[in-house]
Amino acid sequence: MGIMDILRRKKGPAPEVIPSNPGDDLHLLGGSVILTKLQAINSWGRKYSFFQYPFVTACCGMEFMSVAGPKYDLDRFGAALPRFSPRQADLLMVVGTISHKQAPILVKVYNQMAEPKWVFAFGVCAVSGGFYDNYATVQGIDTLIPVDIYVPGCPPRPEMVIDGLIRLQQKVAAGNWSDFPKGASPVSPVCDIE
Amino acid sequence: MEANVTINKLNTRFSESIVETHSYRGDDTAIVRKEDLLEICTFLRDDKELLYNFMMDLTAVDYLGREPRFEVVYHLYSLAFNRRFRIKTRVSESDCCVDSIVPIWVSANWFEREAYDLYGIIFKGHPELRRILLYEGFQGHPLRKDYPINKRQPQIGPTN
Repeated sequence: MGIMDILRRKKGPAPEVIPSNPGDDLHLLGGSVILTKLQAINSWGRKYSFFQYPFVTACCGMEFMSVAGPKYDLDRFGAALPRFSPRQADLLMVVGTISHKQAPILVKVYNQMAEPKWVFAFGVCAVSGGFYDNYATVQGIDTLIPVDIYVPGCPPRPEMVIDGLIRLQQKVAAGNWSDFPKGASPVSPVCDIE
Repeated sequence: MEANVTINKLNTRFSESIVETHSYRGDDTAIVRKEDLLEICTFLRDDKELLYNFMMDLTAVDYLGREPRFEVVYHLYSLAFNRRFRIKTRVSESDCCVDSIVPIWVSANWFEREAYDLYGIIFKGHPELRRILLYEGFQGHPLRKDYPINKRQPQIGPTN
């Protein structure tokens, strides 16, 4: 059923339909009606309203404050509001080095977030462990949880973070509902690897 | 020399137990036999002319390839006399234990746990000798020189 049929079924005098181009449904009612897919407009809303959970563990946090502050202002991209409960957040910003002791906490926070959710690896330590190739550091958070966007740098410049955020927005806009739920990540299984 | 008061007293009183002493640029150091560690520490704390009442630091060193392999290092400070003193004791790998000094200085508690955690040295008589920095289930003691540099702990993810 098309929009024209819906309009025709309304009671009372038929509204005056003035398409700018004859037969062009996109300009119904003088342009006050738009047609889209529900998934597309939903993704459009999501990508401009990230509620982020800042999981800030190290020096990258200073750069995160810089990019979140007035000068670079993540609010321009709709990602300004940090939630300090993972239940209320849909973007997990992992900012800084993740140690082995921190790893189960990170996974727990990720699992507590409601779907749909995205993960932003901020800085080279979160991306790959950085130069901390040692006994105490997780070699990239993607060994623990799925990561949507990687922003390297030690620390990354605010421009890089904004670029990463825009790419994440593009990814969200192109995403499908069938991508979610992603499910829980395993909490550090103890296994025998020698 | 005033700075060597402690070394002189130790040499007089514990001549059998002192392996070696030196005093480089005012840093007085005595290397003692580990069997007599508790006795010497108690003396250092309680002697009226020393009164080392502050155990500032305790750590260990791994001299891989040397026998005995490990050295446990104690840094003491006397608030009464504004004096510092360093004791070392050597610990072999086969008998990797030393008496805990927690009964003498309570502040040694966490230091000894740290040394145990990272070097695997057992402190006999410690009230609660378990890992302090690393987690339960960590395999090995990472500050030992023979800890593999690229060893991955099994608990953290499939590929770490």
